[in-house]
Order: sequence, then C-alpha cells, then structure tokens
Amino acid sequence: MTLFSQSQKGGTPISLAEMIRKPLLVALILIILLLGAGEALSPGFASMQQILRLLIVAALLGVVAAGQNLVILGGREGIDLSVGGVVSLAAILAGNVMDGNNANIIAAIAVCLAAGGLVGLFNGVGITIFGIPPLVMTLGMLGVLQGLLVVIRQGIPSGLAAPALANFVSKPFLLGLPGVIWLWIGVGLLMAFLLRRTTLGYRIYAIGSNENAAFMAGTPVKTVRIMLFVLSSMFSALAGLCILGYAGTSFANVGDSYMLSSIIAVVLGGTPLSGGKGGYTGTMAGAFLLVLMQSILTTLSIGEAGRQIIYGITLLVLLLFYGRSKALRG
Amino acid sequence: MTRSNSFKTQAAATLRRFPFLPALAMLALLLILNGIAEPNSLTVRALKGVISTYLALVFLSVAQTFVVYTGDIDLSVGAILSFVNVSIVVIMSQLGSAPHQVLIACLAGILIGALCGLLNGFVVAGLRMQAIVATFATSILISGLALWVLPVAGLPAPSLFWKIYGGRSYGIPNVFFFITVLIFVLAVIAKTRLVTRLLAVGNGQLTAYQTGLAVTKIRIAGYVVCGIFSSFAAICITGDTASGDPLVGGAMTMSSVAAVVLGGTALSGGVGSAFGSAIGALIIGLISSLVFYAGTPSEWQNLAQGATILIVLMLGVLASRRINQ
Repeated sequence: MTLFSQSQKGGTPISLAEMIRKPLLVALILIILLLGAGEALSPGFASMQQILRLLIVAALLGVVAAGQNLVILGGREGIDLSVGGVVSLAAILAGNVMDGNNANIIAAIAVCLAAGGLVGLFNGVGITIFGIPPLVMTLGMLGVLQGLLVVIRQGIPSGLAAPALANFVSKPFLLGLPGVIWLWIGVGLLMAFLLRRTTLGYRIYAIGSNENAAFMAGTPVKTVRIMLFVLSSMFSALAGLCILGYAGTSFANVGDSYMLSSIIAVVLGGTPLSGGKGGYTGTMAGAFLLVLMQSILTTLSIGEAGRQIIYGITLLVLLLFYGRSKALRG
Repeated sequence: MTRSNSFKTQAAATLRRFPFLPALAMLALLLILNGIAEPNSLTVRALKGVISTYLALVFLSVAQTFVVYTGDIDLSVGAILSFVNVSIVVIMSQLGSAPHQVLIACLAGILIGALCGLLNGFVVAGLRMQAIVATFATSILISGLALWVLPVAGLPAPSLFWKIYGGRSYGIPNVFFFITVLIFVLAVIAKTRLVTRLLAVGNGQLTAYQTGLAVTKIRIAGYVVCGIFSSFAAICITGDTASGDPLVGGAMTMSSVAAVVLGGTALSGGVGSAFGSAIGALIIGLISSLVFYAGTPSEWQNLAQGATILIVLMLGVLASRRINQ
C-alpha cells in the first residue's frame, strides 16, 4: 500500500474516478491483467523466466526513460529527441573499445559516459545559453549523431561485447536476477533519492513548474537545465552499453526505437510533457507496460500490420487516461 | 541610437509580415555555394533532380506547418505519406491505369490523407491529448494500415504516373510547374481566414477562445489540411519512386519538422509561413547536394549534412529572436 499512498491524503477510501487518475495504480493493474491475458493466450507467458526476460528489455528502456523523465520534469517544453542516437553511439563505441575483451570494460564504460556527457553538454548549452527550443536542438543533434554513426562504422568492425558484460545483462547475477535488473533498481533508487531528497531534485521541480519564480528565488536555472540534459545523455549511454551486452554485437541504429518509446513511458507513468510534476516510479511501470504490450502482440499470430494497428489503438486508449489538458471553458 | 532602433523595429515588422525572408537568403546563399563548388549543379537538369527528389519533403513540410501554426505538431505525417502512397498504388493496380482511373486513385488518396488528419485532429484537439505522444500513437496505427494495404515494397505505379512527374512540357521539367503552382496556392491560402485563425489560436488558445473562436474546430481543420498536403507529398513520392513502399515516409517526419523551423515558423505557434517551410525543405536538399559537390568523402557526408543543418537551425532561431527583440 505504501506504493499507492504517496498522493493519497489520509486514509479515506478513493473513488473509481480518482483511482483512474493514479497512473501508477492503473499501470500496475494493467500489467497484472496483461500478464494474465498473455498466460491465457500462450501458456508459459507469465512464467518467472519469461517475466525476467521482459524485465531485462524493460530495464533497457527504463534507463533511457530515466533521463527523458528528468528533462521533461524540468519543463519549458523539455524533451530529448537525441536519446536514440546516443544509445546507438554508445553501443558502437563500447563495442569498438571492448572488442570482446573483459579487460577493456572499464575503459568502454568511461568512453560511453564521456561521449554521452559531451552530447548532453552540447544539447544543454544550445538550449540554455543560445535559447534554442529543446525539440529543435535535440532533433538537430540526432541528425549529427546519425552522421557520426556512419563515420564510426565505416571500415571498423562494429565490435563485440565482452563476455562479462553479456553475462551481466542476461545471466543471473545476484539472487537469481540478472545484473541489468539490479542496475535498473539502482537507477530507480537513485532517481527517487535525487528527486525527493536532494537540492537538485527540488530545483528540478521548481524550474519545471515556474521557471521565473525559481529564478527569482535564486535557483541557478541554466546550470540545472544543462545538468538535466547531461544526465539524460549519460543514462542513454549507459543503456546503450547494456544493449550491446544484450545483443552481443552492436548493429546499425539499434537505438532508434528508444526516442519516442521513452517519451511514451514517461507520459504513461504520469509525468505530463508540460513538466513540473510526476516522478520516476510511474515511468518504471510505464516502461514495463510498453514492453509487456509489445511482447503480447508478438505472441499473437496476426502479422506485423495487425500488431501495429492494435498497438497504436491501445496506446491511444491508454493516453486517454493521462496527461489530457484542461478544457478551455471552465 | 534612435536610427538603429527604428531600423530594428522596421526589420522586425518586415520579418513579421514575411517570416520566410532569412530562409530565402539562406536558399540563395546555398545556390551560390553549390554553383561555386560545381557550376554544373545549377543547370536545369541538376536542379530538376534536386526538386524531383525533394518535392515530397516540400509538400510534407508545408503540411506540418498548418499544425505548427497553432503550436501543435504532427509526428504522423510520414506514416500518412506511406499509407497514401501504398493506397494509390494498390488502387491503380486494381482499377487500371487509364488517365481517369489514375485521377480517381489520387482523389481517393487525398480523401485518405484528409481522414487521417481528421483522426489526428480528433485525438489532439477533440480529446485534448498531448500532440507529440498522441500523433506518435496514430503514426503507429497508420503505419499498420499501410502495411496491411501493402505488406512489402515494390508494387510498381503505372507509367503514366512517373512519365508526368519526371517529364517535360514545352521543354521545361514538369516539377518546375508543380512547384510554381504550389507557391501560388500557398500565397492564396496564406490570405484565407483559416490561416489567420490558426495563427490566432497559436498566439494564445485562451485569448482566441475568449474572442469567440471555435478553437477545437480550428485545430482540427489544421490537422485535416495537414493530412491533405501529406497526401500531395505521397503523390509526389509515387511519381519519384514509381512504386509503393509501406515504409517510405518513416524517416521524413523529423525532416519536415526541421524544414518548418528552417523556414522561420516558431514551434510555439503564432508566427510563420508555409512558403518558408517549402524553402526550408529545399534548403535541406541543397545542403545535401552541397555536401556532395564539395567532395566530402562518402562516409562523412551524413555527418557534414547533420552538422550543417544543426548550425543553420541554430542560426535561424538566433537571427529571428535578435530581430524580434
């Protein structure tokens, strides 16, 4: 119950209408329903092993969505369209540095995070110092990253994941859970701590809900916003590294699908694109929900077209519950 | 001081009336640079190549502008393009390839584009969902429909189609006529009440609502016009590639947004011109041909193109802000 009580005042029972407005609760109920449906459609779908596999895929999306979540919370139309490009870049860089050798893992992590941080710094400076709208800046950056990927891939073999990294991602690591799930739990705890217990966290909500007021109150608005974009790219780089471990080798544009699905995970988790409110717990549920939906659709033998049609309609229905703006009348 | 100030206000007023002027200057500069890098790049033949390839993006960027006017965005334009492309090709393969049948197929395609726009307008303005995520969801749905109509790429379009698109009349390439007609149509549309209202909604939804404008209906109308112009883009791509491909438009959505910004339209809504977006799309085309003619090694071309577009985007935003201050 502690999970649900965060926005529930006192112990009064809540009505159905109020319940529907609680994204985390709805997401969890949907997750249970979908797991049940999946089990009914193809027995074994909700087995422990299968759920672990889904959690690994969700962890990869969830780590990208953590950064996206921060940028969106910071408001002023905050959005990061370059996350997919950073994921692909990190996967290729890590593969080339690592080259299938355990000894190079530390170097690969350092290179990935440095590259991610640099991209985020460029984004942040362009957005805050030059005042470019986030959508334009990160869209332009995506184009640059896609070009950079072609340059890096050219001539150089795309590299292999070190065995230790591959094991960390897909083999049991601690208490039967793969390392990447522990990593996601760690990211979740870190985000909860950052957003609820640190000055930076309060500042993020402050600039997200009213930038001018935050500035008047002495918040270093530009520094905070630059940090958000740096963190976003670094989370994406981390995810790219894990995706290399998951796939074994890096292939072209592996990160493309993360751009918009990370935004959807954040919105399904109850953080509106206008920023200033919401948190990461909902986003984690949103990420798992997305992965679960896609996985169920894959088990249906209805072909790619039918799958996409159903996925699109389901997303629309889910989005109907969250983040609808107020009517102009009233 | 006063003189420079009055110059500034005058420049701001001019730019407010013609937001596409910086883009036009950039287009001229790119044409000159292309000419310096390779004189042959300015021949009718070479320009015909650039326009044939980028005319679809021109129409798609124009389409995007009508929703950006109100501060909305449409991430499904690429999917609509694909859906209309495969629909008209399939309709023509069923119906036949006589001129009137081709015309029927095109009209059906425009109707499909309008309906997709209506769907987007309904979910974004009617159901008040957030435009970025809602149109992403509809783009998945519409891509699914495109795959359902034609699962794999490759069904050829009738020869009449690409012969008209790639052909010449009176010695002048037909695409030149198309783009001239487009400019006239855009000049007429810019004077219509619809565009004034879209811009009014973009300047402030609440103010527009309190003035008595039917904000929801106006935003839906913007999405429908967007869908119609996306289907024109689909007709162009069918002429250019001479076949149906359910994935052809996927990568074009983001380019259309970039072209809109390059053309001087603000993503926050309220300021801009569809003519500017058309120029923005041609700027993207000329940047890629400049990168090619400048002798950039093939593996560096995408990076050079991406970096140039980013710099031009930033310069454009900075320039319009400086003048508006």
